[in-house]
Amino acid sequence: MEYLSSIILIAISAALINNFVLYYFVGICPFLGVSRRVDMAFGMGCAVTFVISIAAFLSWVLTAFVLRPGAPLASWVWQRLSPGSEGVADLSILNYLVYIFVIASSVQFVEMYLRKFYPPLYKSFGIYLPLITTNCAILFACLEIMKHVSGVPAAEMWDLGRALALAFFGGVGFTLAIVLMAGMREDLELCDVPRALRGPAIALIVSGILAMAFMGFTGVDRNLAALLR
Amino acid sequence: MPDARTAAAETSSDGGPSAAERFLNGILPENPTYRQMLGMCPTLAITNGMRSAMTMAGAVLFVLVCANVMVSLIRGLLKPHLRILVFTLTIAAFVTIVDRLLAAYMYAMSKQLGPYVPLIIVNCIIISRCEVCAAKQSVPTAIADAVGQSLGFALGLASIATVREILGAGTWFGLPVLPAAWPAWVIMVLPPGAFITLGLLMGGVNWFLARRQTARG
Repeated sequence: MEYLSSIILIAISAALINNFVLYYFVGICPFLGVSRRVDMAFGMGCAVTFVISIAAFLSWVLTAFVLRPGAPLASWVWQRLSPGSEGVADLSILNYLVYIFVIASSVQFVEMYLRKFYPPLYKSFGIYLPLITTNCAILFACLEIMKHVSGVPAAEMWDLGRALALAFFGGVGFTLAIVLMAGMREDLELCDVPRALRGPAIALIVSGILAMAFMGFTGVDRNLAALLR
Repeated sequence: MPDARTAAAETSSDGGPSAAERFLNGILPENPTYRQMLGMCPTLAITNGMRSAMTMAGAVLFVLVCANVMVSLIRGLLKPHLRILVFTLTIAAFVTIVDRLLAAYMYAMSKQLGPYVPLIIVNCIIISRCEVCAAKQSVPTAIADAVGQSLGFALGLASIATVREILGAGTWFGLPVLPAAWPAWVIMVLPPGAFITLGLLMGGVNWFLARRQTARG
């Protein structure tokens, strides 16, 4: 029960309270660039959610078993290389390089897989798949997972379920924000916006108001935690 | 920019714009924040104070100069389909250096910037500069380009951070500038303030440019 409630809290916090786009400002480029039509925005959101989950899975596995200080696989190799040494194997300096490599290759892999087995889905994702490599939301999810796996006491370490909950619901939050934004921008096209504010400027102001609305969720997690306990 | 136009007359030996032109272009005509709309994550996330904004600008300057030099040096070896991967891995290596340096010498600031230092890896400014300039031009031009773009980025960050810090906390670089009676607009240092400030500033820049254009005829 405690485990389940922690998963629920991570999910709600990632999707609503600390929304990736409106609270952490990651994934702003597609948020401003792609959010002109609702269907395109939804496609982009789904693609990001898909890739973010895969990248989170891979980066959790790599961090927990290879990269973090005292990771089992790295320690085993270290013991083979210099038997009987006291030092702790710590590869965490390679974290960023490994994450960016994991993201780039999982995007490539997802792209090839979809093209081979699900051509209609591949067509509907279109150009968004390669663009996802440079979407900060995905690296951000990997970094958040790193913060809870690398260099923390064993009792507080996040397991795979928590990491995947954060990534998947972070993606859901991203989809929610980008679809809401696209809906508003479709209506904005019909409005008489002052010339200087047309385009990205008014989109930013509207997202500011959207962010204010999302601030209403602040504190929900604390009450929910009390409720679930 | 009259200076940029005179510099354009002397094109560099490798065909692209000259070093001086690259440098000046980055600051105002191709300003990363207001004209190219690149690198929006840090622009919005760490501009709640001048201190954090300027630390971020310094980190981006270091990474951009190093990455541009490195990419320019290996530009003959780049393969088209692996280009972007090489860029991101180069950038990731330099970002690791910056991150460790910040954690060693400015620990409090490194904690405050949190994930936004590693997120420089996917900052579109750096990848686009590697792609547009460093992969095609010589090392001196690439350095000039990197410094110009970073100054433009710093200018963009400083403008937003100034507005947000003064209105939101009544201070600038931590020094009080508004009277103590100022009711700090807390919303300005919270996420919505970032969106609204940048939106209004961008509208102001657009308005100014449009007005200058009509004045010119």
